[in-house]
Amino acid sequence: MGISLTRAAQWTMVSSSTAKLVSTPMNESLLKEILHFVEHFRSQYPQEAEHVFEEPLQWSTTLVASDFKTDYDISDSDVQSHERDSEGHPLLQLSPPTVYVRSFSQLSKLLHLAHDKKLAEVRACLEENREPLVKILGRSFASDLVIEAHDDAVSVVDRTKEEGLSKDLEVKVKLFQLFQDMDKQILDTLLKDISEQVRLNPKAVKNEVEILQVFCGGGDKGLLKSLRYTSDFEFSNGYRAPLWRQVQGDICYLVIEPCDTETLHITCSTAGIFLNGGIKQEGEENGYEQTSDTYEDLVTLLKSRSPHFAEKINQQDSAVQELSTKKEKTVNEQLQLELHTTRRNIYEPRPSGILSTCGKTEENKTLKSSEDEHKNLRQRAKSKTKAELSASSSPGHVSSQKLKTSAGALPGEPFSESSTESEEEEEQPYRHPETNTDLPSEYWQIQKLVKYLKDGDQIVTVHTLCAMMDFNLMQESCQMAIQDTGALKVLLNLLDTDEHKCEIGSLKILRTISHNSQIRRVIVDMRGVQSIVKILDSPVKELKALAAETIANVAKFRRARRNVRLYGGINKLVKLLDCLPNLASLTPSQEEDIEVACCGALALWSCSRSTKNKKAIRKAGGIPLLGRLLKSPLQKMLIPVVGTLQECASEESYRTDIQTLGMIKDLVRNLSSDNDELQMHCASAIFKCAEDKQTRDLVRKYKGLQPLVSLLHKADNKQLLAAATGAIWKCSISQENVTKFQEYKALEILVSLLTDQPEEVLVNVVGALGEFAQIPANKAAIREFGGIKPLVKLLTSPNQALLVNVTKAVGACATNKDNMVIIDQLDGIRLVWSLLKNPSADVQSSAAWALCACTENAEDAGETARSLIGGFQLIVKLLSSTNNEVLASICAAICKIAKDEENLAILTDFGVVPSLAKLTNTTDDRLRHHLADAIAQCCMWGSNRASFGEAGAVAPLVRYLKSKEGSVQRSTAMALYQLSRNPNNCITMHEKEVVQPLIHMMGSDDEELQEAAAGCVRSIRLLYMANRNAELFTFRN
Amino acid sequence: MSKISAMNKRTTQTLAENISKQVEHFSKKEVECLIREFNVLMAEQNNSGRAVHGLDRGKFISTLHSIFGLTDDRMTGRVFRTFDKDNDSVVSMKEWIDGLSVFLRGTLDEKIKYCFTVYDLNGDNAISREEMLHMLKGRLIRQPNEEDPDEGIKDLVEIILKKMDYDHDGKLSFEDFEKAVKDENLLLEAFGTCLPDFRVICNEKYCVKSPFYPLSVNVDF
Repeated sequence: MGISLTRAAQWTMVSSSTAKLVSTPMNESLLKEILHFVEHFRSQYPQEAEHVFEEPLQWSTTLVASDFKTDYDISDSDVQSHERDSEGHPLLQLSPPTVYVRSFSQLSKLLHLAHDKKLAEVRACLEENREPLVKILGRSFASDLVIEAHDDAVSVVDRTKEEGLSKDLEVKVKLFQLFQDMDKQILDTLLKDISEQVRLNPKAVKNEVEILQVFCGGGDKGLLKSLRYTSDFEFSNGYRAPLWRQVQGDICYLVIEPCDTETLHITCSTAGIFLNGGIKQEGEENGYEQTSDTYEDLVTLLKSRSPHFAEKINQQDSAVQELSTKKEKTVNEQLQLELHTTRRNIYEPRPSGILSTCGKTEENKTLKSSEDEHKNLRQRAKSKTKAELSASSSPGHVSSQKLKTSAGALPGEPFSESSTESEEEEEQPYRHPETNTDLPSEYWQIQKLVKYLKDGDQIVTVHTLCAMMDFNLMQESCQMAIQDTGALKVLLNLLDTDEHKCEIGSLKILRTISHNSQIRRVIVDMRGVQSIVKILDSPVKELKALAAETIANVAKFRRARRNVRLYGGINKLVKLLDCLPNLASLTPSQEEDIEVACCGALALWSCSRSTKNKKAIRKAGGIPLLGRLLKSPLQKMLIPVVGTLQECASEESYRTDIQTLGMIKDLVRNLSSDNDELQMHCASAIFKCAEDKQTRDLVRKYKGLQPLVSLLHKADNKQLLAAATGAIWKCSISQENVTKFQEYKALEILVSLLTDQPEEVLVNVVGALGEFAQIPANKAAIREFGGIKPLVKLLTSPNQALLVNVTKAVGACATNKDNMVIIDQLDGIRLVWSLLKNPSADVQSSAAWALCACTENAEDAGETARSLIGGFQLIVKLLSSTNNEVLASICAAICKIAKDEENLAILTDFGVVPSLAKLTNTTDDRLRHHLADAIAQCCMWGSNRASFGEAGAVAPLVRYLKSKEGSVQRSTAMALYQLSRNPNNCITMHEKEVVQPLIHMMGSDDEELQEAAAGCVRSIRLLYMANRNAELFTFRN
Repeated sequence: MSKISAMNKRTTQTLAENISKQVEHFSKKEVECLIREFNVLMAEQNNSGRAVHGLDRGKFISTLHSIFGLTDDRMTGRVFRTFDKDNDSVVSMKEWIDGLSVFLRGTLDEKIKYCFTVYDLNGDNAISREEMLHMLKGRLIRQPNEEDPDEGIKDLVEIILKKMDYDHDGKLSFEDFEKAVKDENLLLEAFGTCLPDFRVICNEKYCVKSPFYPLSVNVDF
């Protein structure tokens, strides 16, 4: 109760005598805990409950005399308890509005009487008795205990026994212990509560803002139009709000222009993030007030305000992930810290509960979350302990003044304190993971060097840079030291000096430390990219190479890549590629050129991850140069070159160029390199390019298929495996390639790769199998190698890309009767069917195609279909899809399923006829073909022919006859033939002038078409004849 | 007049042929150009004083300054000493061309040797702490409230020794220096600029065809 009251409870900041407990959730729960404690005190510790307080607890109560019942003497408005102490004073006395209570049993009873006003009573009691323990136990005792026995109360109990002190004292000690336990308990619960709250700090806000800034601009593709702080000035504690607002917890203000809504004015405060009344510039006296809900972070707020943002942020997977992990990290660290500090506050030997010795000034400072304190945690803790020790070294001599300060002190301290510290601390464990408090010796050495770096002339600078290079710059502590001490700024400034020795030294350091992502960001923030790009023009080759290498590292994130492009870096980098890579003998200068080109390629590789950069590289004429470098024999050259090419091959234009400039040959050649990485990039480039038929043929021509297959043996390197299987998949789209692959026994290896592989490999393997299975012999082969079972098993994968390929492969395999038996046994039909529920249209259509094959080849497919509950509804429902491929596939599936009459009857019940009729207006030939088939099939049941006519399906069908596509003509003729069995349909057809095209089709070579067309014409003719006969008959009569 | 110049031309050619055999990196034609330019410098010098058989210290240093952009007095003096191999206080034509071959065309090894000689102030084949201190003095902007203005430099010398003094004998031997420079080329001019700037060499004016002087000079003859 002691600590929790003084330290945890949040008091209003009014003068001590009238302090009120602020009504925060935390105080609420605190009060509840205390209430619970007091209420049950009587039953749990009957002996202690009878103990008479040293001084009564007194407060103004809302209870009146009438609330008291038996056990009390009631006279007018005054109440006295029957229970009395040894001197005969009542233990409870009420003289409205003040009540005096002198024992826990009376307290418990009183609270019991208070019913629903319990909490209010506890609150009033605590507010008016700021030092309950002193009143209960007596001042001298409390201070005694606190100082001597805080951490070892038991020994005091022993001692008191030894000294034969009164039993009264023993009870007091017991009471004190109870309070202690209670304290710990309450604080622990409170801590748990705090842990659940997200508390913001400037660092977290800054991180988030920085990340979001990366995604600003860029028109519709960006997340936001712009995002900026209202103030560029940042206080040393990371806050940007004016000081008087910082007291309120405001961290900074942002102005955000989303792409789709009006400008948002946002306040970031420690309590959360919310919209304000529109703070444009610092100092303007306009609305600091909150005008929206409070959100825990910026992204959540933006998501709720800007639909565009919400949509885009989901696409920015990586970034968001980064963001969220980062946030998690900060929050976690902070929590740990809070727990840490608060725990220590509890267990530290300090009289914090009753006699908080911290001076008022200090607490004020911490409450203001005071800023310029850059002490680290330990120092601070130490100094505090010291202060406390000195305070407690004069036991029993607790001056009234001290008590006053403690009473007037502003509590709530542990939390505000820990939050200030966490701002500083939160960075440090992140930056110096090895040690929390002690900086490594490198830090100081580097700091010294930086001084010389700043003060020295060129000669000294070179020495300093050389000395700096001798540190292990890959080590994070050194990197951070360079950043912290301002060396990074100097290094970047050196790049603008024109002293090429200094530039070289600086770049040598930069290229190493830029492996650190934080440093990369700082380099970009400090406009380092401009300077580095400028150096690419230097006449010194070594400098060019170093600059390019540094860019290769820095351009690992988007903003950096954009900067490289904006400052013309792409053109300059492309120029670096210009060298003669494959001369037999080289002059030193040519060798240097090659080195420079290598670095240039590395930089382009990093840059090529942005689409706009890909275009820029192409525009700068980079592709032919890359093609020339591809002939180099050097691996260190080939890896970045092929890496760039495969990165860029996602663009159609690159694929064409790669093919037409004859790079496929070189790519194929390097498939047989002895370097895994190079092989991987080559395979990956082929994977991307082999969508094109000519490329596939070229790969075969240059004998690339065999090396691809042999790459499959490197099953340990999953990236390589994924690239190789991808290339095989795409190459196998050409049947000639499949034949070749068979020679190299690719199928068997592929089947063996169906299990225990990561998804990116599986997608490609299954894709390849789907292509292989287009050849009938391979279908049986897949079965013989045991491939059916793993394939069917993959039907349950959650990966949509994989599902598309699996269903395709299963569908292809299902056309073999023996395969179908196995698939059926493995419940494959049901699995395929259930994939129709998949949200992805690709999966839906792919599954429907597979379903066609399965239904056609399974023994009792009709019955299986019926046994699937909801399957037919699902299929009919999918006819309202907006995707033509889905529609076509579903029509095809319906056509197969409806071959079973019973199924057709069910489908009809589910309304397949109007659904099909609705689709007839399509112009997509593929859909028309399958739709006409489905309609023809569905005519076979009941009055469906008439229903189609009524639903208006006939007239559009007649139009299909004009289609150039043979398959469409045939299916349509069949459908018309079926429909023509209904006289009304015949009339419609006749009206739409169906006869002429049909007669034309009767002259076709295709017998089925002939027959269908003729049949249809016959129906029409018959109707006419019948009609005429009827007319004649009527006429005669 | 034409006779004299013809004779001059002949002597120059023979001289050039001789020298080009002894000096690396320059062709005979290039040496000829250098000789002519040397004569121009000599002529400028003689105008203002008595005749000597080479460039005196003042003329040499001002030439370093105007053509090669070397301005550090501490260094230019040492460069003169290094050029002046026979220690006769003038740089003869042979010495001049010899020096320039390192200056303009020198290999790394030659440059290391040259720089080491420049930095070895007392010629004891080692660069001592004191020598370094002397050469680096004043290269740090003095911290106003530091007691010992040279403290920083002394500290820096220790840092340099830590890096370059491989045999830990407290001074830099030639081997130390050579190894350090080969390790990190930036350390070639460790104690002061004593080689012409890269740009001077690359400058169009001193392009490869005529290593040092413009072709237009040749046309005069």
